Amino acid sequence: MGKTLAEKVWDDHVVAKGSDGAPDLLYIDLHLVHEVTSPQAFDGLRMAGRPVRRPDLTIATEDHNTPTLNITQQIADPVSRTQIETLRKNCAEFGIRLHPLGDKDQGIVHVVGPQLGLTMPGITVVCGDSHTSTHGAFGAMAFGIGTSEVEHVLATQTLPLKPFKTMAITVEGELRDGVTAKDVILAVIAKIGTGGGQGYVLEYRGSTIRSLSMEGRMTICNMSIEAGARAGMVAPDQTTYDYLEGRPHAPKGVDWDAAVAYWNTLATDDDAVFDAEVFLDAGELEPFVTWGTNPGQGVLLSDSIPDPASFADPNEEASARRALEYMDLAAGTRMKDIRVDAVFMGSCTNSRIEDLRAFASVIKGKKKADGVRVMVVPGSARVRLEAEAEGIDKIVEEFGAEWRFAGCSMCLGMNPDQLAPGERCASTSNRNFEGRQGKGGRTHLVSPLVAAATAVRGTLSGPWDLDSSADLVAEGA
Amino acid sequence: MEKLTVVEGVAVPLERANVDTDQIIPAEFLKRVTKTGFDDALFFAWRQDPDFVLNDPAFQNPAVLIAGPDFGTGSSREHAVWALRDYGFRAVVSPRFGDIFRGNSGKQGLLTAQVEEADVEAMWALIRAEPGVSASVDLIEKTVTVGTLTVDFEIDDYTRWRLLEGLDDIGLTLRDEPRITEFETSRETWRPRTLPAQ
Ligand code: SF4
Repeated sequence: MGKTLAEKVWDDHVVAKGSDGAPDLLYIDLHLVHEVTSPQAFDGLRMAGRPVRRPDLTIATEDHNTPTLNITQQIADPVSRTQIETLRKNCAEFGIRLHPLGDKDQGIVHVVGPQLGLTMPGITVVCGDSHTSTHGAFGAMAFGIGTSEVEHVLATQTLPLKPFKTMAITVEGELRDGVTAKDVILAVIAKIGTGGGQGYVLEYRGSTIRSLSMEGRMTICNMSIEAGARAGMVAPDQTTYDYLEGRPHAPKGVDWDAAVAYWNTLATDDDAVFDAEVFLDAGELEPFVTWGTNPGQGVLLSDSIPDPASFADPNEEASARRALEYMDLAAGTRMKDIRVDAVFMGSCTNSRIEDLRAFASVIKGKKKADGVRVMVVPGSARVRLEAEAEGIDKIVEEFGAEWRFAGCSMCLGMNPDQLAPGERCASTSNRNFEGRQGKGGRTHLVSPLVAAATAVRGTLSGPWDLDSSADLVAEGA
Repeated sequence: MEKLTVVEGVAVPLERANVDTDQIIPAEFLKRVTKTGFDDALFFAWRQDPDFVLNDPAFQNPAVLIAGPDFGTGSSREHAVWALRDYGFRAVVSPRFGDIFRGNSGKQGLLTAQVEEADVEAMWALIRAEPGVSASVDLIEKTVTVGTLTVDFEIDDYTRWRLLEGLDDIGLTLRDEPRITEFETSRETWRPRTLPAQ
């Protein structure tokens, strides 16, 4: 029997096969580190007198706690400051490469890895962060780990793990104009539920996925965790190689040729069998937005908020009621009638150059809606520079939005960028949990195009709402 | 992790049931960035009470905690184990433990000895009669001795073996170190390297 992509990558990293239900010992090719989940791991090493086994396979950046304004000033919050200072001390002590705030390669850890060319097909990637699944877009096996596991990888460059089950998510057909990778993944999560992927590594396949850029594939793999999965993957192809070739850490010369020859063997074999399969028709998709407090509580932008009573499962009904209460919304409200106080364009889901270009294409030459605060936060310092070279910063500023420095920013309420209690935000991030963007804040997950159109109109909107009547007809279809 | 065979030292009676990890260490201490130095956080709320057992001069520098049933339930925080360890405890005796707490303890070198509820009460009575008495927890014999009383305790074989050998998770993996090194020798040169920076 053939093997799936996930099984091939797994098998190539087994250092010791577990018997009698014991886990396999898996080799880790790349370990990404940030300030929040690493301090106790380093302290554990220190206590045990252990070195970092492979500093040359480890890289750190600062993202969660960092401000996106006045980045040369001292961080005000003492807890955040301590975490950052601790990371700097630890990296110096253990010989780990660090890209601190202000460095040209600083940024959200999941934007930095691919950008440097460190993330590549057929490797294993871990990080003390659940959205490590992002790197699976390259055909890597990439997953988040806890602090004890961070220590384990630092000390041994391996992890004892039991194999994941495999699930194929096949998306076929052409996406209509204005429908993006973000809409695909929100639709997948709404379909299989926030627990639907539990125990699985998801492999995204089909013509729709093949036609996506690397940025789009990263957006999809990023949110695999929101479907409960440990990892998401896309088989590498020419799109992957074109993105990777020439990046600072991408293989060169004969190494490149050897790598590509190997990468071409990774695609799932025709006769491989998945443990589960899901199908989605891309032609049916429209921009997708969430109304509730988990990423599975979403509908088409052209729809209305569902009635909690319409859910068959009593738990889902109860959670919908709680969500609507928290979100201060009523069943039956048209999504497009929902007014927002803020728009956040950023996070490891949607803060790469292509996302910024999409956002800018909609707002160009327009003014933001009155009373709406709009923040645009590039995923890394390099993305910021690239965007500035293209004039995106000017478009953002002329629109009346804030152009910020790189970081996780308003994706989570850990740094100064937060919603005030009761504020409502259209956000390109990945989690709409209660209080995620600040205590009492209310989040609607959207694509960059929807974020942009919403910033123009002040109510949840898609690019079709700004354009010609022909497009509006298409939406009603 | 140090090898552990016998724990000996002052026994502290914690005459309460259902001591959850929030009581062992409140959430406010989880913001710290170290894995050590949590001794001041142990039972933080209860220690504000001058009559709390750890404030009793008879029980200074203790090594064995003797608690009521369902010790260590609730939140999974490993900090609960770190706090007990940092305070000096090397063994906890209870009729029942929270599962995650017991798992975390085994990984961090804290011995969790499960005994009959009546035995715990008998130990408490002995300590009340002679505050500051020593206890001895013998992992080889699987017995707890307080004064004249010796009882058997339960611990799963795997955890016992790990404690006796002084193996934490990393120590266990490092027993496979030669295989890791061998794996690394055949690692292809195209695979990523973060150093030197380019
Ligand atoms: S951007 Fe958000 S989801 Fe991504 S790593 Fe940062 S906090 Fe986590």
